[in-house]
Amino acid sequence: MATTLKDVARVIRSKNAGPFEITFDIMFASEDEYRCVKKSGRLTRETVAALYGVAVSEIVAFVWYDPALAVKFTLTRPVSSGNEGERDTYGAQQHAPLLSLEVE
Amino acid sequence: MKEIRILSPQGMLGYGYPMESLKNGLASHPHAIAVDAGSTDGGPHRLGLGVGGVSRMATKKDLKPLIIAARERRIPLIIGSAGGSGAGVRVDWTLDIVREIAGEENLSLRVALIYSDMDPEWVKAEFRRGNLSSIGSAPPLTEELINQTSVIVAQMGAEPYLEALKQEPDIIIGGRTYDPVMTAALALQNGMDPGPAYHMGKILECGALAARPATAGDGMIGILRDNHFLVRPLNGKRICTTQSVAAHTLYEKSHPALLPGPGGILDLTDCRFEQVDERTVRVTGSRFIPEKEKTVKLEGVRQAGYRSVLVAGVRDPGFIRQHRDLLKQVEDEAASYFEEVRTGQARLHFKTYGVDAVMGERETETSLPHEIGLVLEVVAETQELADSICAFTRSALMHKDYDGRVSTAGNLALPFAPPEFSAGPVFTFSIYHAVKVDDPLSLFPVKMVEIGRGE
Repeated sequence: MATTLKDVARVIRSKNAGPFEITFDIMFASEDEYRCVKKSGRLTRETVAALYGVAVSEIVAFVWYDPALAVKFTLTRPVSSGNEGERDTYGAQQHAPLLSLEVE
Repeated sequence: MKEIRILSPQGMLGYGYPMESLKNGLASHPHAIAVDAGSTDGGPHRLGLGVGGVSRMATKKDLKPLIIAARERRIPLIIGSAGGSGAGVRVDWTLDIVREIAGEENLSLRVALIYSDMDPEWVKAEFRRGNLSSIGSAPPLTEELINQTSVIVAQMGAEPYLEALKQEPDIIIGGRTYDPVMTAALALQNGMDPGPAYHMGKILECGALAARPATAGDGMIGILRDNHFLVRPLNGKRICTTQSVAAHTLYEKSHPALLPGPGGILDLTDCRFEQVDERTVRVTGSRFIPEKEKTVKLEGVRQAGYRSVLVAGVRDPGFIRQHRDLLKQVEDEAASYFEEVRTGQARLHFKTYGVDAVMGERETETSLPHEIGLVLEVVAETQELADSICAFTRSALMHKDYDGRVSTAGNLALPFAPPEFSAGPVFTFSIYHAVKVDDPLSLFPVKMVEIGRGE
């Protein structure tokens, strides 16, 4: 069975970064898992864009951060936080598609 | 070796904290108690309506022991982004609670108030001079948008807090503030390196959210030294791990290692997180890079209209299979009945819980559920119109005929009678822009008040 991000990451979360962006943090428990996913090529700007059905240009940041064994990416919001048509004011439940992303 | 110890009792004033934790924290002899009281996260309505995210009762309950503890030890209590948004009315609201507590406890207090409300005319003038720029993904500003904006605050950096601290207040009630400042202010006053000071502030401002188990309803102590800082939860049942602290460094920021704030960028590229003991983490390598041009962030909201909300359930598999078409058809019926819907002056937003309500167009799951929770949001220029469109759409949905319909008595399970809610004014963030300023201090008036005995 394929290994998913949920199997190897300790934290997979989303949250507002200001009212116009949602940021996603994925953190790993060990350096091995972090390096393995980083090298896999399965978690990239392009795979994330495809997963969320957004253009690569809507990903305003995609950064591996070694000191925290974490990768962070940030998407623009479909509507600004709390505006009419809002679905997730805090942006706290936008992470779910990442759980089943196959990483090896 | 210089050392500044800051007690952060909780992640948000009004969220509660265990008394035992406060006692533990005070045993470390903190030089100040610093607490965050606001955020833009809850939505634009806070600024628009002049309300907060927590009740007056909860704020008073949390404030009282902090005021007493700070007064006894003669250390400042530093409150930032007062009342949820940091608007002037919320600074005054917080002062009112402090007065009440001072009266009950027979305390005399020197309170520094720092206001962060900005005059829209000044903002417009700066906009015309080309001094405003969008922050992050905020859309460009127009003069019309500024005209429509009803409330504007600016996010202050450390300068007004340093000014207030000079006057040795018992309490500082700050308007909208860059979160790390409440923790960093005393350290900066003592000439310490702003890199570790701001980074420690970033960790402490959410209370024990950077600990395990995480919560904003408990606190941490931060110990700042010349080239590093230590953080430890106040509650013996919690621990800080290198990962929990590193993780919090990333929290709510667009980029993990470069955190822009008033006056400069916090550069955490070369940070090291080390476990000192079971519950304490040491952080080194945090750098602050001052910006050449000083800017502050403006936050403003405009009213978009009034909202009406309908909540309904759908259980019929035939309706569920066709729900997308049916909702579209009913929206078209509303458009043909109401001119305002046709012209876009009034808008309908359907959210189909069980299908894609949480993620909308970004949803990847395509299967259909056995029931749908339907929320209809209508926004119009008046409450009456929003309510009318919502009620019209509800009855159209209820009785909508469709292919293969067998439940001819009605399509909706309505959990509430009356079924619609008048939800009041709707706000939207209209300004989220940096403005260039020569003297940030001049924007944030500091006012001293003496309260308590002899008043």
